[in-house]
Amino acid sequence: MTSSATEDSISSIKAEALERLSAATDQDSLERWRVEFMGRKGRLTGILRNLGSLAPEERREAGAAANRLKGELEAAFEAQSALNKRAASSAPTDAIDVTLPGRKTRPGRLHPSTQMIREMLAAFNEMGFQTVEGNEVELERYNFDMLNIPADHPARDMQDTIWINRERVGADGGILMRTQTSPMQPRTMEQQDPPVRIVSPGKCFRIEATDATHEWQFHQVEGLAVDEGLSFADLKGTLYEFARRIFGADRKVRFRCDFFPFVEPGVDMSIDWNGRWVEILGAGMVHPQVLRNVGYDPEKYTGFAFGVGPERVAMLKYGIEDIRHFFNNDLRFLSQF
Amino acid sequence: MKVPLSWLKDYVDITVSPEELAHRLTMAGTEVEKIERTADWDNVVVGHVHAVNPHPNADRLRLVTVFNGSEEVEVVCGAPNVAEGQTIAYASIGAVLRDAYSEDPEATKRLKKSKIRGVESQGMVCSEKELGLSDEHEGILELETEATPGTPLGEVLGDIVLEAELTPNRPDCLGIVGIAREVAVLTGQELRLPPVDYAESSPGVSSLASVRIDDPDLCPRYTGTVIRGVKIAPSPGWLADRIRAIGERPINNIVDITNYVMFELGQPLHAFDYDRVKNHEVIVRRAAAGEKITTLDDQERKLDADMLLIADPEKGIGLAGVMGGANSEIDDSTTNVFLESATFNGPNNRRTSSTLGLRSQATLRFEKGLRSGLSEIALRRATKLIAEIAGGEVATGIIDEHPGKDSEQQSVSLSREKLSRVLGTELHEEQVTGTLEALGFSVTETADGWSTNIPYWRPDVTLPEDLIEEIARIIGYDEIPVTPPAGRVPTWQPRPETAVRDRIADALVRAGMQEIISYSATNEDDENKIPLAEGMLDHVRLQNAVSADHAVLRRTLRESVLSAVERNLRTWRGPVALFEIGHVFGSAGEGLPEEKIMVTGVFAGPSVEPSWTDPARQADFYDAKGAVEVVLSELHAEGQFAAAVDPALVAGRTAEITVPLAGGARIGVVGELSASARESFDIDSPVVMFELELDKLVSVAAAVGPADIYSPIVRYQDSERDLALLIDRSVPAADVVAIARKNRLVTSASVFDVFEGKGLPEGKKSLAVRIVYQSPNKTLTADEISKSESGILRALEHQLGATLRA
Repeated sequence: MTSSATEDSISSIKAEALERLSAATDQDSLERWRVEFMGRKGRLTGILRNLGSLAPEERREAGAAANRLKGELEAAFEAQSALNKRAASSAPTDAIDVTLPGRKTRPGRLHPSTQMIREMLAAFNEMGFQTVEGNEVELERYNFDMLNIPADHPARDMQDTIWINRERVGADGGILMRTQTSPMQPRTMEQQDPPVRIVSPGKCFRIEATDATHEWQFHQVEGLAVDEGLSFADLKGTLYEFARRIFGADRKVRFRCDFFPFVEPGVDMSIDWNGRWVEILGAGMVHPQVLRNVGYDPEKYTGFAFGVGPERVAMLKYGIEDIRHFFNNDLRFLSQF
Repeated sequence: MKVPLSWLKDYVDITVSPEELAHRLTMAGTEVEKIERTADWDNVVVGHVHAVNPHPNADRLRLVTVFNGSEEVEVVCGAPNVAEGQTIAYASIGAVLRDAYSEDPEATKRLKKSKIRGVESQGMVCSEKELGLSDEHEGILELETEATPGTPLGEVLGDIVLEAELTPNRPDCLGIVGIAREVAVLTGQELRLPPVDYAESSPGVSSLASVRIDDPDLCPRYTGTVIRGVKIAPSPGWLADRIRAIGERPINNIVDITNYVMFELGQPLHAFDYDRVKNHEVIVRRAAAGEKITTLDDQERKLDADMLLIADPEKGIGLAGVMGGANSEIDDSTTNVFLESATFNGPNNRRTSSTLGLRSQATLRFEKGLRSGLSEIALRRATKLIAEIAGGEVATGIIDEHPGKDSEQQSVSLSREKLSRVLGTELHEEQVTGTLEALGFSVTETADGWSTNIPYWRPDVTLPEDLIEEIARIIGYDEIPVTPPAGRVPTWQPRPETAVRDRIADALVRAGMQEIISYSATNEDDENKIPLAEGMLDHVRLQNAVSADHAVLRRTLRESVLSAVERNLRTWRGPVALFEIGHVFGSAGEGLPEEKIMVTGVFAGPSVEPSWTDPARQADFYDAKGAVEVVLSELHAEGQFAAAVDPALVAGRTAEITVPLAGGARIGVVGELSASARESFDIDSPVVMFELELDKLVSVAAAVGPADIYSPIVRYQDSERDLALLIDRSVPAADVVAIARKNRLVTSASVFDVFEGKGLPEGKKSLAVRIVYQSPNKTLTADEISKSESGILRALEHQLGATLRA
């Protein structure tokens, strides 16, 4: 074999290979082409193997030419392969623009307060607390008297409570917009014997000068458990579980002494929010007078109660800067939750 | 309540950092909101005045040689009171001081090197105003300190003040001693009570003055004494400083002492000019209705018969526990003082102060109901300070009228069993007695626990539970174990209102509606924007609404949702599809108003977001009806919609909804908002709405049985046939469907196309109905289906005049 013969066969292989390559428009034929020309037993490889039979001078020239061809064919192969892939993916005749937006549906959502209330109720429901709900207009008897809030307590003032009729009528007292959902405590206990485990969500109302952190209408989720043998330790266990559910297991929680007329001892549960303690829940052991008021024997039964504001928790969680957004019904706010 | 640590240290050693102290107090119930460092000045030090010489060029200025700790400097000074030998506050060049001549009280200026009338001044001798301590600018501030010259002023005048947020049950902590007692217990230190001893002179007090309590129900104890020959003067510096430190203004030594003791021990006191009390006879009585008194603030107050007055035989001389009378006020001419320290009824005191709009530091304490033991201690403490500071002779003995002595609770017991039952843990005997004794309770062991004497400063402790809290809060709530709630779980009592409401809300959300929540109160103007249905109850009016915008309780949710539409159409380009589930109210005369829950939804604007797939369409009647169908379908029920009239909705585009399954009860209404109602809400585009009553939907849910939800899948093939009918325009589609469904082989029938107009006879419409035939027993033959179809067609023709369209 001479070098010119080798070069002839190189150029004929090149012509044939390139022609055949352009016809290899699918992956199968492309692979067959690769095996025939570039494979271990392929035609180009055959030429390279035979270089050893040439004279050294010729061997160099023919070798260079063969290697050049090898490079060209490899590049051509890659180009054809990419072309095939593009062609395969664009199924040209019935192609659509997959980047156009999908068909619109109206995005409905629950109000963020409802979402937060449901999350809280779910946590307590699973611990055996049943949801009870009451009216937004209440008797003074249930909102204050039965809850051991003294007759002269400032909370009953016109500056704090929205009244429908301040005039006391018999044991029911006046009529007011409930300031808390706690009236469901005595209302429930009057109707049943222990054990009691309830959680009561709903709207509450207080006289407030409205600003970014104060609203005269807000929601509360309030709970009560009464039975023989319920203790402060159970209160802590319940509220730790609640905090874990709402804020995650890593959140630091602290319990400190606080005062509310319807509990004794009283508790404020705060959580660590970016290095700052934020009070999120008031609680305590049910005051013995509250139990006596509904005919429970405080020497036999103990219990605990707690109350939490869903708007406040939502504000903390989402960084909502103004509580007035909640009842302003602006879709630019509501649609985000 | 401001708690300056410099003052607190009089009664207890502070062994922890201010931050740790704040933390421990907070955990135990006295929340420290802020730790404030009162004073911190750069380049202001203690200086000594070594010499004062006249200014060569100005009569009213002087050249003052000040030793600043390292050298003598010369300062030009205009203050008349500067004198050799004084210890003063010296500000060197670069100090930033209040600008005493600026209108703006916050304005500051930086001290620069300057020549005053030709003489260079190397700094300044400061007034209180320049240091930001007060408005005093008549002269320079003279320091009463042993500190050596050069000591930074902040170390002499500066203090750390804890700002404590107190709970209303702890009037003892409205005194620095009360806070000190907490600190002592929480840090294991001794409490040092302020001394109350003083020398007495004859005669006995009873020969100088008398007290008579006419209304012991409002004044369980009244103690008093007389100090003769006092010298009224400004308070000494330390006293004035402390009065200022807690945010009050010094007045004179006697008044400042009564204030000081109030802030020290928590007991308000009052000093009368002894010589202005007629016959030196003090009478504690209810005011006569309409009786008047001019209080210390020069306001004439008209009293009612439930207000307690301190009087002499002629006139009122003070409003008991609220404010003294102007006619017996201590002034510069006073030489003899009658000092009062009494216990007044808390609720009555609060009522008087709120009726008169006259809140004071005294009422803040009295209204919480102080124990009578405190009054005598405070009387003796104030007497001691008066004798020391204002001089004078203290009469022998004290006046002590104590009609309420036997009615006050003296002790409270706690059983071991109760303590561990409530806390859920066993405590050591020493933990219990040690804690209570440290708090000042004297403890005696009983057969089953402990009996304690209630200390005179703790009116809040009356029950065993109160003692439990004392023990728990001092030991620390952290020390109490955490257990999952023990005991029985109550029997589940389902509450259908809650369950049905949540299901409906979820269904409406799935149907693409946004839940909103509005205020429960509105106003008549807004309510009148839409005509209300007849027979609506009167509205419930609030006596003290937060604003005129929220004066009455809403009777429907319509105004709420339409106001939301109005607002959102201005700011929101997408669909406005809103619903609210909320309470509405109606007056029921006496007693609680009627209250029920409505489900009200509204659609306005485009039906969907503008999109390339579907052309924009305005919301219409069928969007609202579709939402109602979603609600009913969620409950596995079907509604009937019949044309109806509603004052707010367009006639002919309004339907009332009944549910045959639930006895045909009317559950609500759906329709298009009338143009006039739209106009009053300033809405241009069509609005459709629905309104459902929750309790009706609860009845629907209750009426749905298992058979209404599930029927077995039929194994035999069904067949679908379409009918194209020509029928009078006025015939409701529902009637056509109802007839088709009566056939026993028909499993469903529904209208899938409606056409009116071109190519049809006048007054007619074309309805396309798809009917599905199926038998539970076999596959139907074409003949059987055709027979059924013919029967349906005959019925349609006979009953509704429908014909098959050619």
